[in-house]
Amino acid sequence: MAAIEVDGKSFEVDEEGYLEDLTTWVPEIAGVMAKLDDAELTDAHWEVINFLREYYEEYQIAPAVRVLTKAIGKKLGKDKGNSKYLYELFPYGPGKQACKYAGLPKPTGCV
Amino acid sequence: MSILHTVNKSTYERDTLEACVRLAAKGGSVLLIEDGVYSAMSGGNKSSVIENAKDLSFYVLGPDIKARGLGEDRLIDGIKVVDYKGFVELTVSNDSVTAWL
Amino acid sequence: MSDAKKFMYINRKAPYGTIYAWESLEVVLIGAAFDQEVSLAFVDDGVYQLMKGQDTTEVGIKNFSPTYAALGDYDVNKIYIEKESLEARGLTLDDLQHLVWEDEDEDWAEKDSIRVVTSAELAEIFEQQDITLSF
Repeated sequence: MAAIEVDGKSFEVDEEGYLEDLTTWVPEIAGVMAKLDDAELTDAHWEVINFLREYYEEYQIAPAVRVLTKAIGKKLGKDKGNSKYLYELFPYGPGKQACKYAGLPKPTGCV
Repeated sequence: MSILHTVNKSTYERDTLEACVRLAAKGGSVLLIEDGVYSAMSGGNKSSVIENAKDLSFYVLGPDIKARGLGEDRLIDGIKVVDYKGFVELTVSNDSVTAWL
Repeated sequence: MSDAKKFMYINRKAPYGTIYAWESLEVVLIGAAFDQEVSLAFVDDGVYQLMKGQDTTEVGIKNFSPTYAALGDYDVNKIYIEKESLEARGLTLDDLQHLVWEDEDEDWAEKDSIRVVTSAELAEIFEQQDITLSF
């Protein structure tokens, strides 16, 4: 089982780097995961990560990219609810990468 | 539009055939396969499920009744026996297939 | 998309006792992510899937009932409940979740997704589908 180290604590992740137990998530995990991808998290990233965590809390699923884009547009405005903006923040795919940092499973329907 | 419905469970065990008959539109075809063929026998206390569904055509898969020791003479009147080739023909002659679970 | 097909998912099983209800929901979400026209029908024990107030904490199974509320986000807004199945179980629409979708073209106006229909009406709706999957 793979694991990542965050502040001296070990967290189990699957072979693609997704957190095994989403209840163990702490914000610092996102920072460490981003560093492994050579990315730096800004407030704009956190807006999306927090949104995903709230979405999961409410609906018990990680949304598909299309759904995420539309929902972000509704909540944060059209200038953010488009794939260009989201892919610039998360070049590995807003669904996959942002969900990973948020400690969520890979979105249903994501291959 | 015509639909071929398949049911593979006995009406004595599950309510699948009842749901299918209730929700199939007039003129539809119902093919009983696997354990679904038990529902095609006459003289049972659930034979009426098929006997009362006058708007539908019923078929059973021959190899499945044979495998279970059910003679064709025990089938409810009007039910047609088809072989695997007949199964394919029914699939082709209908617009779509709904496999009830 | 002009080549979108009409998919109907018929749900006939109660949640938790078997895996069918959850499997169906997963397939629905995957199918909807590919821009197909998706409808759902809840008949027989399938109507129990939408009961309000489900709490699975003590049985140790994931409670997926909140996920039905996400269907609107996936553009799944044609959800049919068979009247006869509800009545046979002594249920009314008030016992079920209130599912809605938001119409982006009308400033996100909330609209009902659920329609209660008779067996005969449902049979007609099934006739209009390209692909029907039963769970």
